[in-house]
Amino acid sequence: MYGGGNTFEKLQGTDLQNEDPQKLAEFEARIQRGEKIEPADWMPALYRKQLVRMIEQHGHSEIIGALPEGTWITRAPGFKRKLSLMAKVQDEVGHAQLLYAAAETLGKPREQMIDDLINGKSKYSNIFNYPAFTWADACTISWLVDAGAIVNQLANSRGSYGPYCRALERICAEESFHLKYGHHAVIHLATGTPKQREMMQAALNRWWGPLMHFFGPPDKMSVHSETLMRWKVKMASNDDMRQQFLDMYVPKIWELGLTIPDPLLRKNEETGKWDYTEPDWEEFKRVINGDGPLNKERLAVRRTAEERGKWVRDAMKKVAAKEYVTPLA
Amino acid sequence: MNTDALKELLYKIADDQLILGHRNSEWTGVGPLLEEDIAFSSMAQDKVGQSYQLYQMLHQMGEQEPDTVAFMRNANQFHNSQFVELPVGEYDFSLIRHFLFDHAELIRFSMLSQSSYEPLAQLARKIKGELKYHVMHANSIIKQLGNATEESISRLQKSLEGALPYALGLFEPSPFEEALKEGGIFEGETALQAKWEESIRKIVEQTALQLPDLKTLTPVYGGRSGVHTEHLQPLLDEMAEVFRVDPTAEW
Repeated sequence: MYGGGNTFEKLQGTDLQNEDPQKLAEFEARIQRGEKIEPADWMPALYRKQLVRMIEQHGHSEIIGALPEGTWITRAPGFKRKLSLMAKVQDEVGHAQLLYAAAETLGKPREQMIDDLINGKSKYSNIFNYPAFTWADACTISWLVDAGAIVNQLANSRGSYGPYCRALERICAEESFHLKYGHHAVIHLATGTPKQREMMQAALNRWWGPLMHFFGPPDKMSVHSETLMRWKVKMASNDDMRQQFLDMYVPKIWELGLTIPDPLLRKNEETGKWDYTEPDWEEFKRVINGDGPLNKERLAVRRTAEERGKWVRDAMKKVAAKEYVTPLA
Repeated sequence: MNTDALKELLYKIADDQLILGHRNSEWTGVGPLLEEDIAFSSMAQDKVGQSYQLYQMLHQMGEQEPDTVAFMRNANQFHNSQFVELPVGEYDFSLIRHFLFDHAELIRFSMLSQSSYEPLAQLARKIKGELKYHVMHANSIIKQLGNATEESISRLQKSLEGALPYALGLFEPSPFEEALKEGGIFEGETALQAKWEESIRKIVEQTALQLPDLKTLTPVYGGRSGVHTEHLQPLLDEMAEVFRVDPTAEW
């Protein structure tokens, strides 16, 4: 699960000056023709850097994203939900594995990416810094956060880097099951007993702000990068993705009799777009810079897991060094 | 057919699968490496799914719905071995438990695939196919870590020694042992234990680990008759936390 609130490196004026102009022109022409760039192909250093950054943020979001829902596996009510949630969170961890492998094709080892995550050098989706207090929070994540992630990931799967696109295609296929599971669980709460309905409405109230943040700051506030768009690294603008999400899910939320906590939210007949109250972007910035409700706890859990597992990884490396078998590509 | 004997057998197997599946799922998101995180989660799903199918079989014999049976009983009504309810601990303990438990379960379900109770024989053949992979996974990791570093070997050795008395509790004698044998339902815990010892020995011998003399160990019994450690009730309370908010609601 991953949003479009990517953070990219700031472009420097000198970034492209050191590249061979002919190679750069050929590279851009290939992307223009819709070809995919593969790991051994020539690429500008900046392209490599931005992609590593984006794919690793995506991978981190998957493993950190496994935490808020993961804590509900042991509390899921009934066999059906317990089994589905286990499978769903397992998928998310599997996505991290796929994504780290895609990022590794660009030259950064998985260990280094995870080190950067737990040292706070590398970001992950902001939304996972919010707590899942109740079962309804977990269901809201499964439905609406995954829905948002699909909007973003489908766009990115049409990008230019082959290994990332292929990973995303597999990921989106799995996410579509998560969406069905999440929707189903939310339907049961929203149409259930008064206690269940109350629990569901409270969860939606808590998650609406983070969901609006999910796609990143408005285009007018974002540092627009023509280069990233031209290279098909960034595939859709934050506002376009947010509009697409609202178009697809607001009617479904209303259909369940839930109230979205934004009195201004409505489809504007003239523009064909949704009007809404801007979420608090100062809060977004604070959370992304480490001062959210759970940033410290999420990283501490990850750090502890890494520390407790170190002896296993060290032992396996020794085995691998002894009897390494080249994997079949 | 002795229904009481069959029910006792099904309950203890189902409870073992449910509780260990639940424990294994606690590794989701915090495993020592992504591949093991995913493997434990996958095995947890199989085990919880297997327990559901066994509870379903009990339901067809007149017991309550699987959800009620799993989410509404208290610790003293559970028949799992104490082995499976112990906390996940560090990965070395979880791995050793997985190894010792799944060797026993693969043999148990292979035996049950010959059961005279045809619905159980059929289900056992399916479950056996899943457990084969659990055992392959356990063997592969035990052989790697059991031959790797000083730390990995000493951790596994310590966990093996701590886990074995509890593992022997899996084979706690059943009051229905003879009835099950006579009816051709199950060959019995004694036969299972003998095969299990041979099966784990073969793997341990390929590592730097030492298998203690099992005859010198005192098995931890009690689980099959509802006597449990202090760890089971909190596990069940957590499992049922949402379900019990309103057991009549559809979740």
